[in-house]
Amino acid sequence: MLRPCSGGEPVDWRGNYQGSSFFELLQVEQPQLMPNISAMGQGPIDSIPHGTTVLAMRYEGGVLVAGDRLATAGHSVASRDVVKVFATDSHSCMAISGAAGPSIEMAKVLSVELEHYEKIEGQALELDGKANKLSQMIRQNLPAAMQGLAVVPLFAGFDLRRRSGRLWKFDITGGRYEEAEFDATGSGGIYARETIKQGWRSDMDQESAAKLAVDALTAAADEDRATGGIDLERRIFPIVKLCSSAGVEDCLEANIESAYRDTLARRAKGGSSS
Amino acid sequence: MSMPFYASPEQIMADKAEFARKGISRGKSIVALEFAGGVLLVAENATSLSKVGEIYDRIAFAGVGKFSEFDQLRKIGVRFADTKGYAYSREDVAGQALANAYSQAIGEVFTREMKPLEIEIIVAEVGDDRWEDHRKNSLYRVNFDGFISDHANYCVIGGNVADVETWLASNYQAGLSTADAVRMGKKALDSGSERGSNLTETTLEVCLMDRTRPGRKFTRLSVEEVRVMLDNG
Repeated sequence: MLRPCSGGEPVDWRGNYQGSSFFELLQVEQPQLMPNISAMGQGPIDSIPHGTTVLAMRYEGGVLVAGDRLATAGHSVASRDVVKVFATDSHSCMAISGAAGPSIEMAKVLSVELEHYEKIEGQALELDGKANKLSQMIRQNLPAAMQGLAVVPLFAGFDLRRRSGRLWKFDITGGRYEEAEFDATGSGGIYARETIKQGWRSDMDQESAAKLAVDALTAAADEDRATGGIDLERRIFPIVKLCSSAGVEDCLEANIESAYRDTLARRAKGGSSS
Repeated sequence: MSMPFYASPEQIMADKAEFARKGISRGKSIVALEFAGGVLLVAENATSLSKVGEIYDRIAFAGVGKFSEFDQLRKIGVRFADTKGYAYSREDVAGQALANAYSQAIGEVFTREMKPLEIEIIVAEVGDDRWEDHRKNSLYRVNFDGFISDHANYCVIGGNVADVETWLASNYQAGLSTADAVRMGKKALDSGSERGSNLTETTLEVCLMDRTRPGRKFTRLSVEEVRVMLDNG
């Protein structure tokens, strides 16, 4: 067996693990590399950075995933420009809210997992299979979630067989729920969801979906102190990713900025917050 | 009193080597070529079972001989690379370390096990333009006994290495386009094919690592893409 890092004794040259999953490979061959922090004493851990508002919504021809950039630890800012939306492969994205450390690690493991499966099997997983794998990984994190290190991501991607965008939300037990329209999680999720609910249409194009996402994140930042707004002085913009048949693309900062300036102009006239 | 059976170590090794060579010599050949855009791998293969595969961002694998054995080697290579890239960084996964690890593992099987692996493999790595010291491509060949060698321009494994290498020694050109390289790979394999046969897009497996692509460089060319390249020659 070829081993880049030390581990248990291999049975023979084939190694001890024969399957197609990278997550299981780590469990069997390299348990010391597992992102497992379940056995760390009693009581909640609340001084580590938490990510806040992320959202996903379908549009005509795909699905959009977006998140603000703020991470908080208690009442302090832990980071102003943390990235919470990740492309996990060419056609899927994961957005994280909750404990930043384990969440970011889980996104990293998932993207290796998807690539690993594709190389071993010679064929990529179906979008359903990817979402299912993520829910198993979240379930494994349950002991840590009980200590306050919850990982509650959104997963979205373009389904190449159904030719449409799809999205899922999860709970800390690994429960997986497909949403037909949109969802938002994190501390400002409730405000983002309200804004999207008022503006969402099934036949929206990419551009109006991106505008609605900026509106929703602005509303969340307005109502929830732990969600970061768009910071024009520091030039910190939310991450907005678009998954369509062409693959995952980043929405340009210039487009986000102009959508945000429209939102500000409307707000200046008074009335609603967005 | 009967004499216990004795065979000298030289005899045992020679027998194992002969056994492995016999298995490999029945197989078809694979050629890896450096071209302007990266590294090309062309295999004579009429089946849908792949002999060439992706290992990591800039590393590809090709194997001849017993399918179950070289495919297993391909998989442990993917496991090695993905684990290393996860534990350290993607840039830390290098072809040389992988080829060395293969050499160790295959050599170990050759000495310890009753039956040696009936395989030969190529580990190909495409250069990285971002770093001064990583611009060159690397081609490594590992034999059934773990013997490792590195090659420039081209590398051949399989049933008839000598004829293909002879052809390439007098015909290889550096800096070819993708289509020219595919045609060169085909002609090289033609020269080593038993009946001097004319290989076509349906009897070739063609993969390449394109150094200009971001991230994962490996691509498998479709039958249609190969047909177009062969037709325009």
